[in-house]
Amino acid sequence: MTTRDITLIALFTALTAVMAVFPPVTLPLLPVPITAQSLGVMLAGGVLGAKRGGLSILLLLVLVAIGLPLLSGGRGGLSVFFGPTAGFLLGWLLAAIAIGWMTEKFWDGLSFVSATLICVIGGIGVMYAVGIPGISLAAGVPFSKAFMGSVTFIPGDIVKALIAAAVMVTVKKSYPIIGQAA
Amino acid sequence: MLTDLYIPGDSLLHRARPAWKLGVLFLYCTSVFVISHPLMLAAGLALVALGYGIAGLGPRDAFTAIRPALVVLLIIFVAQLWLETLSLAAYVTLRLMALLMAAALVTYTTRASEFTEGILALLSRAPKWVPKDKIALAMSLVWRFIPMIRAQFDEVREAQRARGLERNMLALVVPLVVRTLKTADEVAEAITARSLD
Repeated sequence: MTTRDITLIALFTALTAVMAVFPPVTLPLLPVPITAQSLGVMLAGGVLGAKRGGLSILLLLVLVAIGLPLLSGGRGGLSVFFGPTAGFLLGWLLAAIAIGWMTEKFWDGLSFVSATLICVIGGIGVMYAVGIPGISLAAGVPFSKAFMGSVTFIPGDIVKALIAAAVMVTVKKSYPIIGQAA
Repeated sequence: MLTDLYIPGDSLLHRARPAWKLGVLFLYCTSVFVISHPLMLAAGLALVALGYGIAGLGPRDAFTAIRPALVVLLIIFVAQLWLETLSLAAYVTLRLMALLMAAALVTYTTRASEFTEGILALLSRAPKWVPKDKIALAMSLVWRFIPMIRAQFDEVREAQRARGLERNMLALVVPLVVRTLKTADEVAEAITARSLD
């Protein structure tokens, strides 16, 4: 870990925190607005790779836990880790690591299509695999019901995966970070 | 500037050590979850109310803790009502609210800097293989970077608004990420030049 790695980790922590104040985008026919914060999670993994991306999200979660309102809607503090959606915060960490790992694996031939697939598998697959059992556990509702409740967020997450993939490919061309010694 | 969710005060809870508060919170949450009995929940809710009383906080602060989760709580309540009974729906929802309020109580009565000091104190006793100074550097850098990136984001948004692109997420994110990566090089060089590494 060089000083540059530490700086990159801290910058992506800050970037993901700032994305909480991005103007939310609403899609027609969708009840839930899309907030950009989980986009930051995808980018941390997809731009920095597994180790640095994961550490950057871990640092964000630590800062949230000690009371900084860095989540969307100004949420923060310990209570977000005890709420029904706490599983998704753990999901963020695992998603960033998974996306980072896959991006490193497929770095040489990374295209928009493969980057999108990586973001969908990591940012939706892994995230919901952790988040939905979390809701089900905290709320005492069966898994299938928790799943139905979360489905409304998936179209928005697909939009975010597309954006993240476009950014990943652009960054790979103009300012690659993965591929250098970590 | 970056502010935490701390509410100033001089109560017993404000003066208690962060590690103790975390320990009590952990114990509280475990017991409320493990002992699934309405009496336990009633005792738990009374305890939270007592805590807010001691800290000099009101129902408004307690509500602030629940408000972000309100929609999810409502969905859970309706789902429980549909699947089970009214009493179980009320029980599950109230239990989640108790946890949220208890956790928020610790956040309200503890400054972020106290937690940071606690973490750094723990780190100073950590084994050698833990990169302490790097963790400390990363934490302090974020404090500085958040206002900086927020300012950069405002600049990017202004520029894209002039082009009619302020609702285009891609047009906002790409310039912001590239600027962020450039900043990383400059800051890393500056730190190295001051021989901090």
